[in-house]
Amino acid sequence: MRTLAMIVRQVHYENRAFWRNPAAAFFTFVFPLMFLVIFNVFFGNEDIEVRGGTAKASTFFVPAITALSVITACYTNVAMTVTYSRDQGVLKRIRGTPLPAPVFLAGRIVHSVLIGTLLVLIVVAFGAVFYGVEVPTNTLPAFLVTLAIGSACFSALGLAITGFISNAEAAPAVVNATVLPLMFISDIFIRSENAPVWISTLADVFPIKHFSKALQVSFNPFETGAGFELDRLAAMAAWGIAGVLIAIRKFEWEPRR
Amino acid sequence: MTTGAPAISVRGLRKVYGGLEAVAGIDLEVQPGEVFALLGPNGAGKTTTVEILEGHRKRTGGDVSVLGHDPEKNEAQFKQRIGIVLQETGVEPYLTVAETIELFRGYYPRPLAVGQVLAVVGLTDQRHSRVRKLSGGQKRRLDVAIGLAGNPDLLFLDEPTTGFDPAARRNAWNMIRSLKELGKTILLTTHYLDEAEQLADRVAIIAKGKIVAEGTPSELTSRETASTIRFRVAGGIELPPEIAPGSRVVAGVTTVAATRPTQTLYEILHWANEGGHELEELTLTRPSLEDVYLKLVGADTAIAAEVDRE
Repeated sequence: MRTLAMIVRQVHYENRAFWRNPAAAFFTFVFPLMFLVIFNVFFGNEDIEVRGGTAKASTFFVPAITALSVITACYTNVAMTVTYSRDQGVLKRIRGTPLPAPVFLAGRIVHSVLIGTLLVLIVVAFGAVFYGVEVPTNTLPAFLVTLAIGSACFSALGLAITGFISNAEAAPAVVNATVLPLMFISDIFIRSENAPVWISTLADVFPIKHFSKALQVSFNPFETGAGFELDRLAAMAAWGIAGVLIAIRKFEWEPRR
Repeated sequence: MTTGAPAISVRGLRKVYGGLEAVAGIDLEVQPGEVFALLGPNGAGKTTTVEILEGHRKRTGGDVSVLGHDPEKNEAQFKQRIGIVLQETGVEPYLTVAETIELFRGYYPRPLAVGQVLAVVGLTDQRHSRVRKLSGGQKRRLDVAIGLAGNPDLLFLDEPTTGFDPAARRNAWNMIRSLKELGKTILLTTHYLDEAEQLADRVAIIAKGKIVAEGTPSELTSRETASTIRFRVAGGIELPPEIAPGSRVVAGVTTVAATRPTQTLYEILHWANEGGHELEELTLTRPSLEDVYLKLVGADTAIAAEVDRE
């Protein structure tokens, strides 16, 4: 209970600091919306035929951008800010206080997940208001569970990757190199139906495609079942656990010199 | 704090980094309420020693007890009683000074009031400033404030004034003196001799991973027996060598190393008075910690350290 209170306190301070940097906060929230707008401009928001009926194209853009939002908020943001904190000696300072170091990291991650959640809400609301996106009801639990597992998985991987980043200056390059190419082959920016088999096999190894596909299914208004993609969720969970294990082995608290 | 037991007790401390012995057998004892300075050039093993005592690093060998704890065990009860001011550390730039202190004091069971911490470090006027807007010296004060926030019994100050201008150093020294008045035990590392001399009750000089001398500043300086007499004789007249053997004249200034300064000075003044010579810029200097230090760590190392810092 006391641990929980400590985490909440950390989140509170993280949040206060986050909103004090308005430029960073603004672009964090505008970034996914820009993609939603660009997708609509380029691909059009036509009615498209899918199994079970017709829906606005945006109905399929929204889960893709939801995946992008969660990955950016959790993986990219956690990896970059934690590396920066390590380089600046913030982590080392924390280790010299009675605050358990995992509580500090938990505070950082919970805050990132909250930001990710807020992004998803904004993207879905924006899609519903401006692009006539239908928000599913019967598959909503599956959508939320997928988001929760995805947030946990990508936060863990964000922590794990810091063990492979030598310094804060290298963080954007390493983080983007590990995530952007995968996004392109994982049904986020472009549909992978026409991709060569080896590309889609490769994408199946990593968690991003599982995440975006699971979100697609659970956001599909014509989905007749509950929308749980159990095999995909299991793959994400496995990646999350691997991330935690790697983080435990490779994570560093002190600046690397 | 328990009376009698030392705040820090170290026996035979060793730390080896990849075959290189950074700390090569150090013994230390720091009493409660004492300001103890570890003095030495860069690379002497000061920071390694302090980081072992703080619990940041594991030792290769030796016994260490800090406030009755083994710092290596990383216990919360230990962390609650110490305050650490590291050489370089960051804080969240977008919080204010008061918020930062509030955040950190929340980690401790019996913290100091924010206002008191601000007053001790002299940041009361900046309490509502964002951390990123602070000057270098003010950031260093905030570092000390964070170390102090939990009301620690023992405070580690690792080179607290490196990079300060002279006025800022004076202020920092006054701040450290006021910490001593609060009854804190302070372990200070520095490569400034005057800083150790000004602040420390006891000093250990460390070179190449070993303690080469230890004592109060006056004990250490009394090891060096010769005082220095300097003057300039008007009219370019030279002091006869028989009056003060071993005197040197450089650029018109005569320097005499005197083990019995009263007698030597008398002889010189007698000569000057008899001959009607005027002694300009006459000074008598006690041996300084600097003289002792340079002898112990070797002038070359000390100068290298100076250059390194520039």
